[in-house]
Amino acid sequence: MNWLLICPIVIPLAAAVIGFAGRGSERTQRGVSLAGAVALSAAAAGLFSHVWREGIAAVQIGGWPAPYGITLVADHLSAAMVAVSALIGLATVIYACGDTRRGRLSQALHPLLHALLAGVCGAFLAGDVFNLYVWFEVMLIASLALLVLGGKPAQLDGAVRYAALSLIATTLLLSGIGLLYGLTGTLNMADLHLRVQEVEDQGLLTLVAVVFIIAFGLKAAVFPLFFWLPASYHTPQIAVSAVFSGLLTKVGVYALMRFFTLIFRHDVGYTHELLLWVAGLTMVTGVLGAASQNELRRILSFHIISQIGYMILGLALFTTLGLLGGIFYVIHHIIVKANLFFVSGAVNRLAGSTELRTLGGLYRDKPLLAALFFVPAFSLAGFPPLSGFWAKLLLIRASVESEEFVLAGVALLVGLLTVFSMTKIWLNAFWKARPEESGPPPPVAPRRRWLLLAPIAALAAITVAIGLYAGPLYTLAERAAAELMDPSLYVAAVLGRGSQ
Amino acid sequence: MEPIIAVLVGVLMTATVYLMLDRNFVRFIFGLALLSHAANLVILDSGGLTRARPPLIAPGESLPLPDISNAVPQALMLTAIVISFSLFTFALVLAFRTYQELETVDTDRMRAAEPSSAGAAADAGRRAAD
Repeated sequence: MNWLLICPIVIPLAAAVIGFAGRGSERTQRGVSLAGAVALSAAAAGLFSHVWREGIAAVQIGGWPAPYGITLVADHLSAAMVAVSALIGLATVIYACGDTRRGRLSQALHPLLHALLAGVCGAFLAGDVFNLYVWFEVMLIASLALLVLGGKPAQLDGAVRYAALSLIATTLLLSGIGLLYGLTGTLNMADLHLRVQEVEDQGLLTLVAVVFIIAFGLKAAVFPLFFWLPASYHTPQIAVSAVFSGLLTKVGVYALMRFFTLIFRHDVGYTHELLLWVAGLTMVTGVLGAASQNELRRILSFHIISQIGYMILGLALFTTLGLLGGIFYVIHHIIVKANLFFVSGAVNRLAGSTELRTLGGLYRDKPLLAALFFVPAFSLAGFPPLSGFWAKLLLIRASVESEEFVLAGVALLVGLLTVFSMTKIWLNAFWKARPEESGPPPPVAPRRRWLLLAPIAALAAITVAIGLYAGPLYTLAERAAAELMDPSLYVAAVLGRGSQ
Repeated sequence: MEPIIAVLVGVLMTATVYLMLDRNFVRFIFGLALLSHAANLVILDSGGLTRARPPLIAPGESLPLPDISNAVPQALMLTAIVISFSLFTFALVLAFRTYQELETVDTDRMRAAEPSSAGAAADAGRRAAD
């Protein structure tokens, strides 16, 4: 059982190191990268099925008992996030094999992708706050390197903004951890759950909670801390954009969900009310920002922000149904959003541009691609019977049950505006005739076309499957939400039974 | 001792904010360096400061002396220093490369990723002319 928890971190790290060592041979490196991604998916599936059958799993590294040692914990939320991250990692590696030109770019891309995956999985499995911070840094370093890979001016400019805000976020996170340690004398999350209840000055604790909201909020790109995201996400290679859009901000959302259900639940009236406001404003600003854009990836980047708002809404409602909806939303969103970025890459590859103005006629020329765009795009907008419909339905129902009618209305309105954006892409890129001045699209080698379309088709199939057969994911989200609302299960798994 | 460090953290934060509000990206990076020092001091300070009581176990003993200083914040700090140092280095290289490509360190004049609407129009005009 120990290995199940350690593998999702060790496999990508090993793939990164071996891939870096084997950078002399393109074939070897791609082989290692693919093998690493497949192995990670298998390990994640193993971990997930273990947690599904037996509940929360915890490992004390080196045999040091919690709360003194390093603990890795996988509950339903962590295991599901690891599994979906592994899936996106695999899709990205396949896509990158088809998309990236041979040469130095591709040499650095694969090892860094795996380093990023290690950071992401580590953050999902970390059982103490300091290790969470360290995995955030692993993720940050890898993402910074991926972002500037290629060294185009726009990438460097985007990286300046991304680096500046991310570094502030991690330093704030570090200060928050220091202050929390000062108040409670522990770093283990399960132990923190118990110790924060004994802190005398609850006002001080709320202050520390707000530091964490800001730190993780910057990572998750919530209003008003999102400016780094639309400045940087459209600049790197498509494979990098896709893995960023799927995973990076969601680690921030995951951390918020973890902290504000397990540790900071002493003053829900203040912290979660703050999160409610943040959620509403994030949804609205994100979708309005998207409406003003005319480039595929920039539209999609702004939509990440508005979708983050939905996830935070689920957390902020702080009911089982709300969290259920939030978790459902996160998983649906990771698959759909990464897929949309893949589609934008395929559009760029097949039509030679991602500017809506210069695109057109793709529905006639590439009907398969049009169908593959249709599924994730209208799932994002919440059309039944696709996965986004269930996610939105759950969240809006949770809002209504909590009597947050304004937020339910906002969520509906933002869904409508998302339809507007997706229709805009559909009309411009797929429906209207290709403008004369755009010239003929560039040719794509047949083998590469298959490598580009395979991950898109697989992710679109998963989206449809979740939509038509939402039961299993609903049950998963229900279990994860129940665990989050009742932290005693988590505490018992980490500190041993009878520690209550 | 703790209040003195706390005041020092406050002074560092003030300098950080001043430097970070500058449009010059290099000064922003120095602000970041100060910010990470402040964060490290926060960790050290919130763990409590004990003078001349190293957390060591004397030869022949199995337990340390009572009232030793807390080693955990120091371990955390060391890790954090290494990480922030590497990020600082990356930020400096990034600033240098950006200066090479965009020929400015003024963040207001870096418009490569998000061109202003006037810039985008000029850009589009140039592309149409090609």
